[in-house]
Amino acid sequence: MNQKEESRMVISNIQNWIKTKRGQELLHKALGLVFLSIIILIILLPLFWMLSTSLKGRAQTFAFPPQWIPNPIKWENYPKALTIMPFYIYFKNTMIITLGNVIGSVLSCSLVAYGFARLRFSGRNVLFIIMLSTLMIPYQITLIPMFILFQKIGWVNTFKPLIVPGFFGDPFLIFLMRQYFMSIPRELDDAAKIDGCNNFQIFYKIILPNSKPAIILVIVFKFIWTWNDFLAPLIYLNDASKYTLSIGLASFQGRFFTDWNLMMAASLVVMIPCLIVFFFGQKQLIEGISTTGLKG
Amino acid sequence: MKKIFQVKLWKKTKSLAKKEAIDGYIFILPWLLGLFIFTVYPLIASFMISFTDWDIFNPPSLIGIKNYTTMFKESDFWQSIKVTMIYSTFAIPLGLMVSLILAMLLNLKVKGSGFFRTLVYAPAVISGVASSLLWMWIFNPDFGLINFVLSKLGIDGPQWLLSPNWALSAFVIMSLWTAGGSAVIYLAGLRNIPQQMYEAAEIDGANKWQQFTKITLPLITPITFFLLVMGVIGSFQIFTQSYVMTNGGPNRATLFYVLYLYNQSFRNYFMGYGCALGWILFAIILIFTLLIFKSSSIWVYYESERGK
Repeated sequence: MNQKEESRMVISNIQNWIKTKRGQELLHKALGLVFLSIIILIILLPLFWMLSTSLKGRAQTFAFPPQWIPNPIKWENYPKALTIMPFYIYFKNTMIITLGNVIGSVLSCSLVAYGFARLRFSGRNVLFIIMLSTLMIPYQITLIPMFILFQKIGWVNTFKPLIVPGFFGDPFLIFLMRQYFMSIPRELDDAAKIDGCNNFQIFYKIILPNSKPAIILVIVFKFIWTWNDFLAPLIYLNDASKYTLSIGLASFQGRFFTDWNLMMAASLVVMIPCLIVFFFGQKQLIEGISTTGLKG
Repeated sequence: MKKIFQVKLWKKTKSLAKKEAIDGYIFILPWLLGLFIFTVYPLIASFMISFTDWDIFNPPSLIGIKNYTTMFKESDFWQSIKVTMIYSTFAIPLGLMVSLILAMLLNLKVKGSGFFRTLVYAPAVISGVASSLLWMWIFNPDFGLINFVLSKLGIDGPQWLLSPNWALSAFVIMSLWTAGGSAVIYLAGLRNIPQQMYEAAEIDGANKWQQFTKITLPLITPITFFLLVMGVIGSFQIFTQSYVMTNGGPNRATLFYVLYLYNQSFRNYFMGYGCALGWILFAIILIFTLLIFKSSSIWVYYESERGK
């Protein structure tokens, strides 16, 4: 009886406290946090499912209900998945194409962005608007003429059509870099100018060293885009020895479509470089995306 | 000697503006060259090729607007438009809703929200073949994750990618996984809303829901606008998922527009027809973008209008 009374007291105390503003706020926060945790678990579940499948024996993948923690854990799936397809060659090809694009983009985008951010020349604003409006042109419309051109000059089935365009700048990344360059105080340029620096010296002695976040942003974006690209390598690369990981994975699926454990192991390995690059550059990436979203 | 040097120096100062302009063109040269090689030239070429019948191996023959007229008689063309439209109609608004909810949850001032933000964004960086394979396995009707979860709830899950009625829904669900990408943009917008507005509303007796519909929603419309435009451009260009997961099937249920374009151009080598399809794609994207822009004056709230 006494105990019941006491618990009723506690409950009514809690009820009163919840009605206060601070209580309300904390309650909202707690509920939100619970909800957020559930959503994050849902987001991570596919990845966990992937990892779990990749460590199962083939028969285990077809068990229902599925086992979350495989028993026994088949680590050997990984070496197996990576030797069934010439993983090393695909990895090397993808790396060459991706690094080529990353280097090309950092060089070209920063140069162009400097031109648009700092130098005055006639037609600058019109050209800048033209650049932004090319973002609306779907890649697919230029695909066929580019393919025909590259075929005529003998570039099909080489990495060149996949790397060389990267050296001519990307409108979106140029835009991001220009916004960043504009935020660097002009006094720094002026001081360098007084010291006798020309524009190229200002560019690589003042602007570039002060633009680490923007450079990281370009690296991360370009890396992820090129690494995941599928349509361009699919069209330009015919030889199996020239395939990228995307193409290799897709053809792997065609031949081993019931070996889900091996397929998940291979897919996970293909995802990892992107995830690593993302986690290293996530601060710059997320901040960069947020600011462009606001400006758009 | 000294005089000549001074004259030179003076001339140099005078032409400084000219020099800056020349430097400007040199700096933007990579993009300017790229514009002509990778945009202007292929646009003109694509337009001309679209009036020909060409398989690359034989010389092209001029056929006028036949590519465009046959297109409208092809049932595959209409199917690909329908699939892409239905997909966009569901994936874009649902995606916006999910990202806004995610952004509002991330906006709670709790410890570790930066870490949560990273986790929420992560799926957006692994789109491509690998994630398509993952989702094929998740949607496996007999042993997949989704039907396992549904069976726990007492629901007998559908055949997903194997069923013409459900395959497109599977694509929509899969697209929601990457909603974190837009959530981050929404989050930045939410953080830009001055806190005083909510405080003032609270004093006026507005409840949380009213605060949401009267303050939050209107103030983030510029972001919704941006995401809507990007969403339309993106969803009309879907390719990898449909190529890898279903190859347009079952029974053309996931024949997305770009997959149709790819099949016609690079499987059947109808280059002229493929270019015509490219132009129609461009036209569709332009029309939708223009519609969104035109309508924006009705529903997008701009900072500069404040106090008018």
